[in-house]
Amino acid sequence: MLTDLEWSAIRLSMNVALRSVVLNLPLAMMVAWVLARRRFRGRALLDAFVHLPLVLPPVVVGYGLLLIFGSRGPIGSILAERLGIHLAFTPSGAALATAVMTFPLMVRTIRLSLEAVDPGLEEAARTLGAGRIDRFFSITLPLMAPGVLSGAILAFAAGLGEFGAVITFVSNIPGHTQTLPLAMYTALQSPGGEETAAKLAVVSFTLALIGLIASELVGRRVRARLGR
Amino acid sequence: MLEVAFRKRLGSFTVDVEFTVPSSGITGLFGASGAGKTSVLSVLAGLAHPDKGRIAMDGAVLYDNVIGTCVAAHRRGIGYVFQDSRLFPHMTVDANLRYGLRRSRGRMQTNTFSAVVAMLGIERLLARLPHRLSGGERQRVAIGRALLSQPRLLLLDEPLASLDEARKAEILPYLEKLRDELRLPMIYVSHTLEETLRLASTLVLLSEGRVAASGSIDELTARTDVRLLSSRADAGAVIDATVAGHDDVGRLTRLSFAGGTLQVTRTSRTVGTHVRVRVMARDVALALRAPALSSFQNVLAGTVVEVRERSRGDFLVRIAVGEAHLLSAVTFHAVEKLRLRPGLAVHALIKSVAVGI
Repeated sequence: MLTDLEWSAIRLSMNVALRSVVLNLPLAMMVAWVLARRRFRGRALLDAFVHLPLVLPPVVVGYGLLLIFGSRGPIGSILAERLGIHLAFTPSGAALATAVMTFPLMVRTIRLSLEAVDPGLEEAARTLGAGRIDRFFSITLPLMAPGVLSGAILAFAAGLGEFGAVITFVSNIPGHTQTLPLAMYTALQSPGGEETAAKLAVVSFTLALIGLIASELVGRRVRARLGR
Repeated sequence: MLEVAFRKRLGSFTVDVEFTVPSSGITGLFGASGAGKTSVLSVLAGLAHPDKGRIAMDGAVLYDNVIGTCVAAHRRGIGYVFQDSRLFPHMTVDANLRYGLRRSRGRMQTNTFSAVVAMLGIERLLARLPHRLSGGERQRVAIGRALLSQPRLLLLDEPLASLDEARKAEILPYLEKLRDELRLPMIYVSHTLEETLRLASTLVLLSEGRVAASGSIDELTARTDVRLLSSRADAGAVIDATVAGHDDVGRLTRLSFAGGTLQVTRTSRTVGTHVRVRVMARDVALALRAPALSSFQNVLAGTVVEVRERSRGDFLVRIAVGEAHLLSAVTFHAVEKLRLRPGLAVHALIKSVAVGI
């Protein structure tokens, strides 16, 4: 039904989306915590900066990544020389571009779930002898976990379809950096490719729907367990 | 002993208090809503920091702005029972109870867990999640959780306020048991005087962020100049007494106290039990001579110590009866007719049915 190249595009998309989620989680949690619980100068600026990828043209993000992480960029050159890591035009680069694009979505969902955790419970934990880190792992994290999990699933589903930033940063190399939406785009550009594009559209649609439903179910199930 | 003296601004409101809490028994922190009671508890627990002052427990400094000491809340060893229980919703009752226990630095006797669980009657609830508990059960678990963290001091912030009368009646005996069986000082915040008087032995009265008066309950309740108490319709001395005996023929119970004997309606309390009774000022009549025959079962000879007008035409008279003091509410007319003045010998007449145990 699907050709090897189409399968590899699907696999690559899954791989890229998964890696972007793993890459994002710790940082997104830290930023969400800072935005939700800390009051400091420049909070509004940080908030705006986090949301930039949401409103910037994805091409601009991809171009920015090229400038910074390209082989001659300030960070890209160091990574290449010291560690032999290349990001531009590689699948890892696709994961990075996807991570940047889905970062606002993740921070938002994690922040919402963090704001739903009653600080009074953390106070109670303090009076019971729990220090800051202890409190985070025993009270805050378990209570926000459902939100984090459904946010991660949502970011994964959104990451499957990342287009502009990915094609700008890692190009569209079949079998190497050609993700699902890129394969669809290529198919539409070539004569007689409508059938392939339609098949890939159905795959995209199905994966996105599964992601949304899974995200909702996870959230609902944990809420039910906590009796909320 | 806990020594407290601090100042903290909260917007336009300032809490500026100074008091000491004895090393045993319950200290009632009483005052109207907004008097600063919860702010005081937060500062003691280390959840909020004062602007300046000094807080020390048994000589160990918890906070002192001069030497720059501020012990973190989780190292203070001060337990806190919140009004809204604050059980951790993702943990069973058992895990909630063990949360503080695992983190306590105290030397843990192996039977403490089961002892506390038994004392609070929560054995059946251990496997449940908090949202499956009633309000009263939740508060009992919260009390147990705080106790098991082995605190040196326990703060209770209106633990009964969110409960209905029936649930309150369910928890109060547990609190009394705690007071009588544990050598743990407690600070009990309430805006219900009855509750405070029933549990506490020391009282700190808060009014608009300041300590209006503090001292032992029997001393404060017998004073005429503590407006927070004396201006109330239910003003009256609290008396510590012991059940001395029962009169089955007359269906009365005799209580002995520092001023003699009080006869009250027959109770089932066993002889020797310590009881605390409130003799409300409006239930105490005064007479210059003991009435020959009357329905008053209690006629106590005493001396007028003080006469104070608490509102127009409404007077409070303080009478010394033996070692104890009573308050009597009388009219201006009565003051004039009996010529009530300090030093005058009078008889305090108290109906037995008016004294509740």
